[in-house]
This record gives sequence, structure tokens and C-alpha cells, in this order.
Amino acid sequence: MEKQEIEKILQGHSFFRELSPAQISAIADCTTEVTYNAGDYVFREGQPSDQFELIRSGQVALEIFNPGKGAVTIHTLGENAIMGWSWLVPPYKKLYDAKVVKLVRALAFDGKRIRTLCELDPKLGYELLKRFSKIMSDRLWAARIQILDVYAKNG
Amino acid sequence: MVVNTAVKSGDTLVLEREHLQEVFDSLHKRGYSTIGPVAADGAISYKPIAVAAELPVGWTDEQSPGYYRLKRGEDGRVFDYLSGSQSWKRWLFPPERPMFKAARTDNGMEFSAESTEPKLIALIGVRPCELAAINIQDRVFMGDRYSDPIYAANRREAFILTVNCSRSGGTCFCASMKTGPKAEAGFDVSLTEISESGRNYFVVEVGSELGAGVMSSVRHTSAGGAEKTAVARTVARTAESMGRRLDTAGIRDLLFRNLGHPEWEKVGARCLGCTNCTMVCPTCFCTTVEDRTSLGGETAERVSIWDSCFTIDYSRVAGGVMRQSAGSRYRQWLTHKLASWIDQFGSSGCVGCGRCITWCPVGIDLTEEVGVIRASDGASTTKE
Amino acid sequence: MAKSRKSPLQSGYMVPELYRIAGIYRETADCFTMEILPVDGSPRMKFAPGQFNMIYMFGVGEIPVSISGDPLGKTLVHTIREIGSVTKRLAALKAGDVVGIRGPFGTVWPMDAAIGNDVIVMAGGIAGAPVRPILYEIFNNREKYGKLVYLYGARTPGDILYEKEFKKWTTDHDIFIDYTVDRADAGYKGNVGLVTNLVKKAKLSKWFDCYNTVAMVCGPGLMMKFSVKELMKRGIPESRCWISEERNMKCGIGMCGHCQCGPVFVCKDGPVFRHDKVKQFIHTREI
Repeated sequence: MEKQEIEKILQGHSFFRELSPAQISAIADCTTEVTYNAGDYVFREGQPSDQFELIRSGQVALEIFNPGKGAVTIHTLGENAIMGWSWLVPPYKKLYDAKVVKLVRALAFDGKRIRTLCELDPKLGYELLKRFSKIMSDRLWAARIQILDVYAKNG
Repeated sequence: MVVNTAVKSGDTLVLEREHLQEVFDSLHKRGYSTIGPVAADGAISYKPIAVAAELPVGWTDEQSPGYYRLKRGEDGRVFDYLSGSQSWKRWLFPPERPMFKAARTDNGMEFSAESTEPKLIALIGVRPCELAAINIQDRVFMGDRYSDPIYAANRREAFILTVNCSRSGGTCFCASMKTGPKAEAGFDVSLTEISESGRNYFVVEVGSELGAGVMSSVRHTSAGGAEKTAVARTVARTAESMGRRLDTAGIRDLLFRNLGHPEWEKVGARCLGCTNCTMVCPTCFCTTVEDRTSLGGETAERVSIWDSCFTIDYSRVAGGVMRQSAGSRYRQWLTHKLASWIDQFGSSGCVGCGRCITWCPVGIDLTEEVGVIRASDGASTTKE
Repeated sequence: MAKSRKSPLQSGYMVPELYRIAGIYRETADCFTMEILPVDGSPRMKFAPGQFNMIYMFGVGEIPVSISGDPLGKTLVHTIREIGSVTKRLAALKAGDVVGIRGPFGTVWPMDAAIGNDVIVMAGGIAGAPVRPILYEIFNNREKYGKLVYLYGARTPGDILYEKEFKKWTTDHDIFIDYTVDRADAGYKGNVGLVTNLVKKAKLSKWFDCYNTVAMVCGPGLMMKFSVKELMKRGIPESRCWISEERNMKCGIGMCGHCQCGPVFVCKDGPVFRHDKVKQFIHTREI
């Protein structure tokens, strides 16, 4: 994919939309196209986290493996979702397993390079941190509602 | 032809085919029940036999993954068949063993242990790989800290007559596991069947005092250089024609660093979880327990029965089941057999008999599985 | 007097010993404790913290249960969670009933290695039972150990094990106890959140320092994993973190094969393990 095409996709996506053209260009330089087959794992818990993705099509299930119970899916991500925030937060290690449910075509962002860009350009860093903390806040809230188990018999 | 002379442990003798019955007689006189190979129901199994005539003379077998056929041999040899569906663990480590009995009393209950009186059994026709398997199970049941007294009692009294292999089978790989095709030690008497230039005889190696005692009432002559050479020739020929090979170099670390290899899931998709492999394997030792109460509820019995790591319940814990997928259960079996066993008991758990390959309904071959992992050491299910 | 008859070649670990229930009482909605003594009046078996017994119920079956009493106490104590056929039947027994006991089996918590050190004990759910002997052992030899911290997590306030004893332990002994639940009804004044949150609290209150601390952790697999991770994050070396594993057990003596976890038999190479020695296997899926 040409850089211009990537920039177009980023500009059209709510997550990146309000970044400056220079910021979008810098991120586009760190972007590649990837495909993951159903059944593959995009990443496993504990692996170094140096990449995040924008899912263009397909579906990924985030899993936690509970010994004796097996893998439990705690969240799924599909078209247009941004996957992965642990690349931005030390110790930069994946916290979950990401299993591909339906063939995924995505844009992959080099987290290591973008971290360096953020160190050099705190403004970019702040913009990304604002966006990722919103994702984390939404997910935390949702996770807490999930543990309330509202659909249970006595729930 | 001599009888009742002083035979010593370490002697090599020649036994004519027609005198094989005298070995049985000698054992019976000493109070042993003789267990040996019998051709029945399309396979060779080990059953009590009284006379040499019950041995599977003239029977041979053809084996390959998921395939076993008993066939008529050309030479009319006594021991031309190879490993059947059973192994000797059926006799030394029976499929069902009582552990203890309990009875209700006014005071609550009372226990009684099972007798540890040994049964005198003579195992006739033990293959070198099977002898290695018996020694391996000895280390499981007669350990440093815990020992099964019933197993130990029977094992110490058991008479072992091994038969070296004059040919190799389609699924055999004892040479890779260094367990055959010749038994070097641990037997009471060892036979090599020689069928050359119209002569049919056995070269007998006496391996113990007991073996010497039994052979001294059997007609025999001394073995000379020609006979000993015939044994070496036979064994070398067998070793060179192994049906399979297993590369055991660094196998423990190889398997332990490939616990996440995609092959486990692939073989899991083929595996039916039928447990045939664990039932036929001569070293598999897993058991479960059954508690049986009498109808009136006055007495109860606890029995230990063969189990298999391929069942779902095998790894059941309070929270669920540890190994739910077939791939994880196959991985458990294979890594235990070829890797963990080394840490646990100081040797491989596999003797290269090939039974698991022959009796797997879908023909899974563990030598092939190890080969796949070796060829793609480090492969994972994460796309890099 | 009923006595178990053994053949001369039979040793005690394959046939149970007879024990009578001296007392049996409820701890929480699904946990109960039984205190037992040998039927023939002899002193109960000696054990060390971390070990377990196989408890046999006539005609029903056997289960492995950690010993949860005082190594110097009179009775043999087992706290059991009701989850299956055997445990539910055991719960219905009364004082005077008899059970069969085989044991003690298993490796022990590193009480000797912890001498002269601070000790931090973490437990979750029913695992409050297998760690209680650690606390008793330290109470009985208080001057041999440094600071003692007990961090405990349960599902809800009603599931907190031994809560009645926490106050007594804090009053009678030099120990810092903190506990939490995963969720609680409004009005609950205690901690709510993951038990790992308590580690940071304890460290900041200077209730342990990472240089001379031995950690002993027990609970569901996932809980032990993230607890050890948290302890290491706070500076405790991995080689000083100990866990207690749980697996299906049929014999307790390394012969039935069921309890294997990688190359180790949890019944005789464990259940207590140093974390770094088994982490490759316990952290592999479906091992």
C-alpha cells in the first residue's frame, strides 16, 4: 500500500482524524499492511509489545487462559477497532492472547518507533496518550460492568 | 546331550527345538505357572500355556501404522512373530488390582490389606524391548521413597525367558532406543532362535542362578564358536533392518522447548482419544481407583485399574479440566514418554516396540511426530 | 478397638489409618472444618506445613486435602470446600464418625529457609487453609522470623476464610493482616479489589522489605500467577517465591500418574514448589 493511501485511511478514521498532517505522516511512515489467518494468534500474553493495529476487516478475540477452565474470551475487536495499548505503557508486554476468529486484514503500527517519536515530540505523545487512555477507560468501565454479572439469575 | 550337569550363570548352551518342552517341565516342577504367546483371535497375546506345542509355531506378523495382520510364516519358526497387542504388564501389573477392603463395624470401620504373597509366574518369550520395559516399570513401582509391595513381590519371583529377535517389524525401532534386538542382562534365560541350513535350534544364554537351575534339568549341549557367531549374525541383521528410527539426540530439551509448537494441534485433530496406545504400551503405568460397595453397604473394596492420560477426566481439578483439547493430551503423553520420564526415572519411557504405531486406528506415528518437531524446532502459532 | 490390620510387607501409605471426627463445623457457606484423632488413641500423625492427606470415606472415595491445623495442636485439622460427591458426603458427617487417612504426603513450605527473614503469605479463596499452618508455625517460633504479613483475597465478604481468627491473631501475635474481596454490597467497609493491590499497600506501610523476604503464595492458578508477578514487581527475587500447586490425584505417592505437571509429580515433588523451578510448565496452556 502506498503511503498516500495509508494517510487517507488514517485521516478517515475517528481515532487519528484530528491529528495534524505532519503527525499523520510520521505515523504513516511507521505503518505496514498485515494479514492474519483465522486460528493464528496475533500476539500471546507476555510477549514484548511493540506493535498495535487498526483492524480493517475480520475479528480478533482477546483471551485470558484460566488453567482448568481453558481460554476465556473477555473482549472481541472487529472492523475499525484499534487493538493494543500495552505498547505505550511500561513494561511494554502483552497482557492477553489475541486469537484471530475471522481472517484479519489490518494496518500494523511500529510501536517502538512511535514511542521514540513521542519522546522527541511530546505533543504527538500527548495526543496519542489522550486517545489511548480513552480506550482504556472505556474498556475498564465495561469490564467492571461485565463482572457485575447482570444477566445472572440473582443478578 | 547332557542333563543334570552343573549349569552356571553365564553359560551359553544349545537347545534343540524338540527339547523346548523340557524347559516348561522344569519350570512346572519348581512351582511356576508358565505364561507365553498364543495365536488367537487374529493376534498374538500372552496367556497361561502348559505345553510348548501351544506356542505360535509358524506364525509371523505384518505391522505398519494402524495395521496388524497375523500371517503364516515360511520357515516354521517358533518365535517369528513380534510384539502383539499386549505386553507383559498385563501379568506383572494387572489391569485390575485390589488395594484394600473396608468393612463397617460397630466402632466405625476396619481395613484389611491385600496379601503380598507372590505368585510364581514364568514369562516365556519376552522380547528384549519388553524386558527393557519391565525394568522401566520396576523403577516406577519400586522407587526410593514409595514402593508397591505386591508388584515388588511378584516381580522378584518372576522367571523371565527372553527371546532375541531374528527379524525386525514394520513399526520396530528398538535399535534407536538401545533396548534391542538382543537382551544383554536382566533375564534368567535368553534364547536366540537359529534357523540355518536346515537346522532349527536355540542358542541359550543363562543369565542367573535360577536360570542355571532350570536349564540343568533340560537336555542341552555346550555352544561353540559357530553358534555364538550365528547369534551375532542374526542380531546384526535384525538391527540393520529396523522398521523405523527415532532420533533421540537432545530429545528432552527439544520437546520441552516446543510445548507451543503448532504440530500438537495438528496431531490432536487426528487423535481420537481412544487410549489404544496407552493400553498397548508396555511402560504406561497410569491408574485410577474405583470404590465398590457391597449391595448391603456393609463392605467396600478399593481397586486400582488401568487409566489413560487421553481421557478428559484424567486431569479434572476443582475448577474444571486441565487438558481439554486432544492436542494437549497427546502432548502430555508424548512429552511424558520421551522427555519427562528422563527427569523422573533416569531413562526414556519408550522402548521402541512400535505397538502404539501399529494399534493407533488412525496410524499416528510418534517417530514421525518427533521428526516434524525437530524439522521445525521453535515454530509457534504466533505470526511473527 | 477397631485397628487397621496390615500385612508385614504393607506400609502405611497404601492402606488408610482410622481417624475419628472429634469436631466438625462450618466456616463459610461452602467450607467446613473437621478435627480428627486416631481411633486407637495414639497421637495423631506428625506433619509439616504444606503437606496433605488423602481422606477416605467408606465406599465413596478419597480426596487430597491440605492439612490446615497447628503443627503443635492436638487434633489433625482439615478445612474442606464442598464441590463434589465426596466432599458433600464428608460435610454431612458428625462427631464420632470415622474416616480413613493416608499421609502425610508432599513437600513442605520453606519454613527453615525463611528463618531470619520477613515472611509474606498470600492466599485466595479456600487456599487460606493450606497456608494457615505457616502462620501457626511462625506464631510458635516467633522470635526466629522477622516481620509477618498475611494478605488474603476472597470472592465476597461471606467467603472470607478464618475471618473470626484474624482479630485474635493480630492481638495475640506480631502479624500484619490485610484482606480484600472481588466484590461486595454497598455499605461494606473493607477492601474491594484484586489481592495484588494489598501488596503495594503492605510495602508502602513498610511491612516487608524485598531484600530479606520469603513469599509463600497459594490459590487458583491464575491468582498465584499474578500474585507472584506483583511480588516480583515489588522486588522479591523469584527464587524466594514459593507456590503450592493442585492437580488431580488418585494415589498421593507418584504411581497413578494423574498429578503430573510437566516432569514433576505434584504429590511427591510438590505440592510446594519454588516458583522459578516450575514456571515454564505451570505457565504453559493446558499442561
